[in-house]
Amino acid sequence: MDKNVPLIEIRNLVKHFGSVIALSGVSLTVNRGEVMCLLGDNGAGKSTLIKTLAGVHRPTSGDFLVEGRPVSFSSPRDALDAGIATVYQDLAMIPLMSVTRNFFMGREPVKGVWPFRRVDFERCDEVTREEMHRIGIDVRDPHQAVGTLSGGERQCVAIARAVYFGAKVLILDEPTSALGVAQTSMVLKYIHQVRQKGLGVIFITHNVRHAYAVGDRFTVLNRGKTLGTYSKTEIQIEELQNLMAGGKELQAVSEELGGMV
Amino acid sequence: MVNTTQPTADLSPAPTVKKIQDERLREVSLVTKIMRRPELGALAGLILVAIFFFSTADASMFTLAGIMNILSPAAQLGILAIAAALLMIGGEFDLSIGSMVAFTGLVFGAFITLSGWPLLLAIAATLIVAAVLGGLNGQMVIRTRLPSFIVTLAFLFILRGLSLVGLKWATGGSTQMRGIGDQAGEGLIRELFSGVAFEGVFSWLAAHDVIAKFPNGTPTVTGMPVSIVWFIGFALLATWILLRTRVGNWIFAAGGDPNAARNSGVPVDRVKTGLFMLTACAAALVAILTVLDAGSTDARRGFQKEFEAIIAAVIGGCLLTGGYGSAIGAFFGAIIFGMVSIGLTYTRFDSDWFQVFLGAMLLLAVLFNNFIRRKVTGER
Repeated sequence: MDKNVPLIEIRNLVKHFGSVIALSGVSLTVNRGEVMCLLGDNGAGKSTLIKTLAGVHRPTSGDFLVEGRPVSFSSPRDALDAGIATVYQDLAMIPLMSVTRNFFMGREPVKGVWPFRRVDFERCDEVTREEMHRIGIDVRDPHQAVGTLSGGERQCVAIARAVYFGAKVLILDEPTSALGVAQTSMVLKYIHQVRQKGLGVIFITHNVRHAYAVGDRFTVLNRGKTLGTYSKTEIQIEELQNLMAGGKELQAVSEELGGMV
Repeated sequence: MVNTTQPTADLSPAPTVKKIQDERLREVSLVTKIMRRPELGALAGLILVAIFFFSTADASMFTLAGIMNILSPAAQLGILAIAAALLMIGGEFDLSIGSMVAFTGLVFGAFITLSGWPLLLAIAATLIVAAVLGGLNGQMVIRTRLPSFIVTLAFLFILRGLSLVGLKWATGGSTQMRGIGDQAGEGLIRELFSGVAFEGVFSWLAAHDVIAKFPNGTPTVTGMPVSIVWFIGFALLATWILLRTRVGNWIFAAGGDPNAARNSGVPVDRVKTGLFMLTACAAALVAILTVLDAGSTDARRGFQKEFEAIIAAVIGGCLLTGGYGSAIGAFFGAIIFGMVSIGLTYTRFDSDWFQVFLGAMLLLAVLFNNFIRRKVTGER
C-alpha cells in the first residue's frame, strides 16, 4: 500500500441534526506516524466530528476516505473493523475486573473444543504483562483490578488495548483532561510511542499545551468549521491558543492574569 | 482535577520521561492473592460456624448422617443461590425464584399426573417453561430498563398466585397435588433426580468399617442424596464458567459496567437474558428434585427462598451492585445456612435463633464485602 495515502481524509464534512448544523464543512487528513491534534473550545463540534469518524453518526454530506477508499460506516463496529479505534473519556474499562480481563474483554482468545472451550488466560496474562511493560508499569500484576491503576495508567492500558487489537488510527477523546501533571506526561509519552509505531493519532483536547507537546499538526475547529490546519513549524503556542479561543479577548484576559491562561 | 492551566515545563515536544521504578510496588504477596478471592469471607464464616457448633453441639452433628442432614437443605438452597450469585454478578436480581419453585413444581406435577407424560419429557418440558419465564423476566428488565428488583418482585406475586390458582384448578380445590411420585415411575431418569447416589461406595465403606453400619451390615447412611450431587456439580460448573470461559468474563463485564462492556463488544443483553433463564431453570431443577423426593407439591414450595438465595450469594461475596462475586462462595454460603438451620437443633439453643443469626450474618457479610471491595479496587 502506498505510504503517502493519508490514513484518514475528510473533505467538507457536514452534519446536521434536524435544524442544528453541528458541522458545516470540516476537512482534515491524518497520516501514518503522525499526531493530529484537534483543538476547539466547547461546542466547536469536536465531539460530533469524532463520533462521525468512529461510526456513531453518519455524515449528512462530504467525503470520508480511509486509506484512499471512500467509506460509509453504519456502526462503531464498522469503524473498528476499518482500523479506527476510539478511546473514549470513560475508557470502557471496568474497575472491579482485573487488567487482563479488561484488556481482552469482548475479544477473549479461546482454546479447546466445545464444550470444554475456555479462555486462554496464560496467553492473555502474558500479552497483558508485555503490554504493561511497554507502557512502563511492568512491576504490576496483571491480575490486579483496574481500579487500582492510576488514571494515567488506565488511559495507557486503554490505548494499548486499541493498538494491540490492530487499530491503524487512534482517536483519543481528551485523554489528559482529568489527569495530574505526572500522569499527563505518562500518557503523552505513550502517545509518542504509538506514533513511532506508525499509527495515526487524532488527539482531541482543549489544552493547547498538551497538544503542542506531542502534536505534529493542529487543526482548529470553531463553530463547526475548520479554521485551518498548521504544522508545528508554522505556528507558535500563543497563536494556537488565540485561534482556538476565537479572538483577542483571551489574550487580554491572559495579560491581566499575568499570562497564566 | 482539570488541569487546563498546569505548568508544562516537563513536557518537551518529544517527552522523554525517565522510566522510574516505583518503590511503592512490591511483588504480590500470597496474602494479597487470597484477599482478592471473593469467597474468602464465606469460607472464613463457614469455619467460624463449624467451630461454634463443634464446641456447643452434640457430637452426632458431625457424623456422616449429621453432615448429610446439614447438606440436604443446603443443596436445595445452594442450587438457587449459585444461580442467584451468577445473576447478581451480572448486575441483576431475581426475586421470583422462590415462587418459580412453586410454579414449576405445579407445572411438573401437572405434566406427570394430568398429562401422563413420561418423566424425561415432563422434566424437559418443565425446564423449557422455566427458561421461557426467565427469558420473559430478562427481556422485560432489558427493554423497559426498569430495575430487575421491581420487575421480578411483580413476578414473585404473579407466580405465587398462579401456583395457588393452578393447583386448585388442577386438583379441584386443594392447594396440594399428590401422587406425582407414584405416577413418575421408576428407572434411570428417576434415579438421577431422587433418592441417593453412590450406594455402592457407601456399602463398600461400611464393609471396611470406614463408616457406621447397622448390625446386619448395611450402612446407616445408604448413600448421598442426589440433590447434594447436583449441588456440588452445579457449583463446580458455575465456577468453571465464571472463571475460565468467555461467558464468565462477559458476566463480570455486564455487571461491572454495561456501557463499557457494550463498547468493547460484549453482548450484554444476551448475557443478562441468559442469566435470568438460568436462574429460572435452577428453580425448576429444585422443584423437580423436591417434588420427586416428596412425591407431591404444594403452593408454599420455595417460600422466601429468593431472599435466602440472595443472602447466601451475598455471604458468598457477591456485591449488590454487581460485577463482583463468586459461585463457590454461594456454595459455602448455602452450607453455612444448612449448618445453622439444622445445627441449632443439635444444641441447647432455641432453634428460632436461626433468623437472628441469619440477619447478623448478612450484615457482617455486607460490611466485610464492602471492605474487601475497597481493598481490591484501591478505593480510599
